[in-house]
Amino acid sequence: MSKACIVGIGIHPFGRTDGMTGLDMGAAAVRSALADAGVRWGDVQFAYGGSDSAGNADTMVSRLGLTGVQFINVKNGCATGGSALFGAASMIGAGEYDLGIAVGFDKHPRGAFDPKPAEWGLPDWYGETGLMLTTQFFAMKIQRYMRQFGISPETLGRVAEKSFRNGARADHAWRRTPVDLETIMHSQMVSDPLTKYMFCSPAEGAVALVLASEKRATAMGGPIIRLEAAAMRTRPPASFEVFAPSVDIGGGTATATRLASAAAFEAAGIDPGDVDVAQLQDTEAGAEIMHMAENGFCADGEQEQWLAEGRTELNGALPVNTDGGCIACGEPIGASGLRQVYENVVQLRGAGGARQVPGDPKVGYTHVYGAPGISAVTILSR
Amino acid sequence: MNTRPIAAGILTDEQPPHLIGGRDRETGRIVFPMPVGTEGEAFEPVPLARSGTIWSWTVQRFPPKSPPYAGPEPFEPYAVGYVELPGEVIVESRLTGFTFDQLDCGLPVQLTTVPFGTAADGAALHTYAFGPAA
Repeated sequence: MSKACIVGIGIHPFGRTDGMTGLDMGAAAVRSALADAGVRWGDVQFAYGGSDSAGNADTMVSRLGLTGVQFINVKNGCATGGSALFGAASMIGAGEYDLGIAVGFDKHPRGAFDPKPAEWGLPDWYGETGLMLTTQFFAMKIQRYMRQFGISPETLGRVAEKSFRNGARADHAWRRTPVDLETIMHSQMVSDPLTKYMFCSPAEGAVALVLASEKRATAMGGPIIRLEAAAMRTRPPASFEVFAPSVDIGGGTATATRLASAAAFEAAGIDPGDVDVAQLQDTEAGAEIMHMAENGFCADGEQEQWLAEGRTELNGALPVNTDGGCIACGEPIGASGLRQVYENVVQLRGAGGARQVPGDPKVGYTHVYGAPGISAVTILSR
Repeated sequence: MNTRPIAAGILTDEQPPHLIGGRDRETGRIVFPMPVGTEGEAFEPVPLARSGTIWSWTVQRFPPKSPPYAGPEPFEPYAVGYVELPGEVIVESRLTGFTFDQLDCGLPVQLTTVPFGTAADGAALHTYAFGPAA
């Protein structure tokens, strides 16, 4: 199967935009991506799109134009954007079409998510007794990890400090003011060991990507940015994932992320050491740390030294979350995974401005994770 | 104790009670809670050990959104954790009877119950929790 190329990117800034619906933001992102690619909506042969809680993506044809285009809705939790991209890339890879879009958007109310137990196959009492919170899961996962592998609270703080520093340099980020380590460490404790500034917040935003076959991308000119791999996986046995009233003995070693990552590296035919820039799910600072290891970039416990040495900074050996990630951008579920791909395209084009990774990066990696234990990974190359 | 569990099928009727898990009839894998409906047909109910150790923990310091949360007002922060029941399964639970700064991975704990509101018919309810080992 041939590989799809990303020929256009568009984003509606993350954060909060009063007066715009999620669909408005999605349509804005599509227009922006079309302009970036130099094509018209009428040229688009197919679309995949979705949101978690901001409406049906295909209804944006009323805003973009009634061209009769094939438009498939995707609703796959935190992997919604990644799944839309997977669908679009597969369509091009199969030779069905040669120009299409993937779009993800969302708009969530303030505060933590409030999932309904029945929608996750869980009993009502699990929610009623206050056990069904994503924040608790992430706190308990990193709590155990810190104990097992010697990660200090300061390292959590350094991740968040980096996120805000990078976010301040990204036009599309929500939190654009640097926050110093001391402020992060002494801010309100939310779920031990995680303080307020270590968590991302549900937010709003939209991202669209224009995909083309390599032949068409070549004819369009511009750098060829190829989607080498897109993989999505669900949880394996003995994993420790969000919304789990019980975990198998020995749980936590296998994860959906490890499966998706291994599948993506194999499909791309590259190793973690080849990656020049990575966007990793950072629902909170501990998630970024654990996902560095789960995605194969370091061994468990090495993160302590990596962060102390600044190895994941913009000018480090492996820059991570160069636009500030979820911590600085917030997390509109349907858009979050595509934001990561957007950011990697910016970096591979060398268009990152004040946040550009030096050294002419050639390989970009993205990873999203969410309930109930799903993970989606992409690998781009230029 | 004139109170009943917040839901049927979580705790055995005996005193002191056990949590009710489900053992996969084919693989022997144990899960909690016991699956219900057609999913439950593959499992047999099994009383779980009352003692274990804290596998991980945190403190819920902000009020969860309601619904689904149905805890008492005004909100008081509470500890939650995963408790490893050796050889069986690791279960998520409220933790009770500790000050927050006492909590640590590996602490021995024992099953207990804590009051949790009242039912529509006025009956007092309780849910399961793990507290310090006796």
